[in-house]
Amino acid sequence: MRPVDRPHRHRDGARRVAPLAAVVALFGVTFGVLARDAGFSALASIVFSATTFGGSAQFAAAGVLSAGGAALAAATAALLLNARYAAIGMSVAPELHGPWWERLLRAQLVVDEVWVISHTGGGRYDRRLLLGAGLTVYAGWVAGTTLGALAGSLIGDPLALGLDAAFPALFLALLVPQLGSRRAAAAALLGGAIALALVPLAPPGVPIIAAALACLLGLRGPRALPEPVEFEHRELLP
Amino acid sequence: MSAAWVVVLVAGAGTIALKGAGPLLLGGRELPLRAQGLVALLAPALLAALIVVQAFGDGRALVVDARAAGLAAAAAALLLRAPTLVVVVAAAAAAALVRAL
Repeated sequence: MRPVDRPHRHRDGARRVAPLAAVVALFGVTFGVLARDAGFSALASIVFSATTFGGSAQFAAAGVLSAGGAALAAATAALLLNARYAAIGMSVAPELHGPWWERLLRAQLVVDEVWVISHTGGGRYDRRLLLGAGLTVYAGWVAGTTLGALAGSLIGDPLALGLDAAFPALFLALLVPQLGSRRAAAAALLGGAIALALVPLAPPGVPIIAAALACLLGLRGPRALPEPVEFEHRELLP
Repeated sequence: MSAAWVVVLVAGAGTIALKGAGPLLLGGRELPLRAQGLVALLAPALLAALIVVQAFGDGRALVVDARAAGLAAAAAALLLRAPTLVVVVAAAAAAALVRAL
């Protein structure tokens, strides 16, 4: 555990996110394999991971293309799935300062796992944890994609390994420490219910964006937030 | 240009804009108090949505398949206070086991 008087360092972010980055890297390998099957060249799939850097969005786009869908339909699916990053970007904006290009670059690293790892409670984010964790996950995703795209045929069926079940589990492990208050638990329940209800009704991606509306629960009750508590992160490594 | 490259360019540029919009426009500034109250609940709301969609969603259908077994295994591991890596491995193993049966 980090002594309370020492600020977070970049390497704290890297260390905390390491087990998650390992899972992301494996998923990157899977994506590299599937992207080749969906008609992406090795270079295109690597550039896709380096720019879009969003697993679910990239899988969705590759899925649409391999099912015979149009390029714009595939890109739209990806952008819908990444639309939550507009809200996530807003939430970390107060922590990102410096010249515009630096803010733009740092913002690209803020994917789900990184965002949650660098949450220090009460809607506050630590910029060093963001950078350390973000670079680690980014490296894992791009390296995994490269391996999958170049050596895909040597790798078996990733679904047989249960990799697709790893992600909901990962997000559940990330959610539990966020449920510190009654209100946070209510937002989680409402967000899950909204998403579940909309899956049969709306295109992929929309249920997740709509679930963000659950944070409107934050408008009720006392206006001021409680002081940010020192957020206890569970040890992620065994 | 191949369809794949069109996807890479459109989705890539769009995602960079989506992620960057907040920090470009509001970077370094405090959010208003009201917005802070909302932002604090964004993580639990989005994480719960990601969990249910990734565990039970299949395109536009809701299904209970091997991933549900994986999620149950993950919940059990979390109740036992297992570290995250163990939680994830338990989920993958449970799903793989159900598929192999």
